[in-house]
Amino acid sequence: MDNLTIAGSAKTPTVEFEGVGKLLIKGRSIPENSIEFYKPVIDWIGSYGGSPKDITEVNVQLEYFNTSSSKCILDVFKKLETLSGTEVKVNWYYEEDDEDMLEAGEDYQAIIDLPFKMIEVEEL
Amino acid sequence: MIDVFDLYNNMERNDILLSFKGAITSELLTSVLQIMEEKMEDLNEEPKTKKKVFNVLVECLQNLYHHIDDFEVQGTKEEISKKKSAIFMISRHAGHYNIITGNFIGNENIEKLRGRIDHINSLERDELKAYYKSTLNNGEMSSKGGGGLGFIDIAKKSGQKLTYDFIKIDEAYSFFTLIVKIVQK
Repeated sequence: MDNLTIAGSAKTPTVEFEGVGKLLIKGRSIPENSIEFYKPVIDWIGSYGGSPKDITEVNVQLEYFNTSSSKCILDVFKKLETLSGTEVKVNWYYEEDDEDMLEAGEDYQAIIDLPFKMIEVEEL
Repeated sequence: MIDVFDLYNNMERNDILLSFKGAITSELLTSVLQIMEEKMEDLNEEPKTKKKVFNVLVECLQNLYHHIDDFEVQGTKEEISKKKSAIFMISRHAGHYNIITGNFIGNENIEKLRGRIDHINSLERDELKAYYKSTLNNGEMSSKGGGGLGFIDIAKKSGQKLTYDFIKIDEAYSFFTLIVKIVQK
């Protein structure tokens, strides 16, 4: 499985998905049209699902995301849910005192049937 | 001739940090967001305030952007560009920020929009959280990903009721104003 690497920009996050089972989304996700941006990301998980690793670790380190991205991020998690028979772990990072980001992570945790770990850091 | 000094003083009196009138493009929003981030940095705003203002600003400006993109206006090229023009302002007062947007809207869409905002304003914080979550999970996604979360998110993150107004222009159009207050931490 080839890696997927997308460099971050002012409005889109850095994406580093490694075929060895390490997935990272980092930065800010505030594009006007997020569907376009997330399509290759979700497609990659679909292909990865063909022969997933025993353990997949997903690290989400977002500083900001808009509501347009929030649905796409939900779709990313829903796609990860389909990796049945393997272990998928989500680490949701948020900056200390950023209650909105913690709350957003808890919303996904409530909707998605995957183990989430909320990790507070000083700075993302 | 336009009295520029008068306009300047008016903005100064109203504590406007930044104002724009015209066509809303993606590039414009990128610049405005960058300018506002730098301004808040210069003003030594608390990280919490910076995040709130930035988040709410993104949603308000992208609401405008999408509205204008979807807005169907009949008429000459000039009339179309006039109706697809919008205004926004960011002001900073003692203790709070205001994000103000204004745009034209078809009169037939007023009641639906009023109903949505009134409903959001009627909810307490916990209800708003639940409404956000259910809309996120069950809501339809629009072709651009929005799906009606914008106003809910603005109300949830600002923690304040949304202030709005419709001014009737003619039989077809009105001018919609939205004011979102964000209290400094």
